[in-house]
Amino acid sequence: MLNDTSLMSGTSACPGCPENIAMRMLSMALGKDVALVVIAGCSSVTQGLAPKNAYGYASLNIAFAAGPPAASGMWRAYKRRNRDVTVVVWAGDGGTSDIGFASLSGAAERNEDFIYLCVDNEAYMNTGGHRSGSTPHGALTPTTPEGKSGNKKEIPFIMIDHNIPYVATASVGYPHDFIDKVREAKTIRGFKYVHVLTPDPYGWLFDPSRTAEVAKLAVQTCYWPLFKWKDGRIEVSPESLHCLKKETRRPLKDFLSIQGRFKKIDEKGIEDLERYIDELWERISLNLKR
Amino acid sequence: MQHEYQYFPITVPGKGAGGQTGTWRFVRPVVNLNKCIGCRACWMFCPEATIHVIDGKVEVDYDYCKGCGICANVCPVKAILMEGEDQ
Repeated sequence: MLNDTSLMSGTSACPGCPENIAMRMLSMALGKDVALVVIAGCSSVTQGLAPKNAYGYASLNIAFAAGPPAASGMWRAYKRRNRDVTVVVWAGDGGTSDIGFASLSGAAERNEDFIYLCVDNEAYMNTGGHRSGSTPHGALTPTTPEGKSGNKKEIPFIMIDHNIPYVATASVGYPHDFIDKVREAKTIRGFKYVHVLTPDPYGWLFDPSRTAEVAKLAVQTCYWPLFKWKDGRIEVSPESLHCLKKETRRPLKDFLSIQGRFKKIDEKGIEDLERYIDELWERISLNLKR
Repeated sequence: MQHEYQYFPITVPGKGAGGQTGTWRFVRPVVNLNKCIGCRACWMFCPEATIHVIDGKVEVDYDYCKGCGICANVCPVKAILMEGEDQ
């Protein structure tokens, strides 16, 4: 049986929270001896009220931009004391793509030996679902009531350009793929970046029971690619191999129609999103491992 | 312990840090054990860690289950049904 002790029952998260699913899968992948650095976000709140804590791992709650520097110090301290502990930075998409990006980039440049895990729910969900750099084109949020005009910031590709040893993307809808990637990241020395898509029922406006279904649909419609970048080449996961050809992709409308945040998107907006997905996969196929 | 807690903002892992979250629920998952094949899909996707697989069969911890319904949605044999809490 896999270990799932990183999350205790009775968290303060909303029903159907995908970040809790991701947290349980993290412990299935890494087991014991993990230290978490939790950057401000939903995950700081889901831990509940003192004196109890819902996370079973030793976790340090810290401000947005201070996560990667704190983790840099932490892994060095563990190394100095000869303890084999995996340090994981647990950050939301706002803490990764907008506010904490400078220190993330700095830690990647220094090639610090820890895992940076970004749980991407595509908005600042903790403070009410405002637009972040990771929000896709056409999505409604309280700060973009007519739909966001720009495209999603592609953090995995930015991290690939930092030339770090390991970059991977995952989705909570495909647990085995996610667990395998985190396990592989643990074996590599240097800066590891894992980006996991976590569809949030209350920000994306769908029924909480369909969290896993939407996470699977995002991959099947090729909106979210599953790949890993290692040794200078991209390797596409088996779940995403059908996306390399345009004819075999599932129609994007299956993914958009299930969510309330895309209810104002028009035909032109869907075309723009499809063009974005085409360009994304062209970019992936240029660096593909054959 | 009380004394230490007043000076250091340190918490300890424990169940129910957000309270008895079972009271949030308005639909409850009911498992049909005759249909359950013990595949652990519900255990894998439960966001609250309230599903326990004991001897290949599923048990739900109703003290903390929030009733989101992910388990009923991912079940491949539809052994879990969501029933109203007032029934």
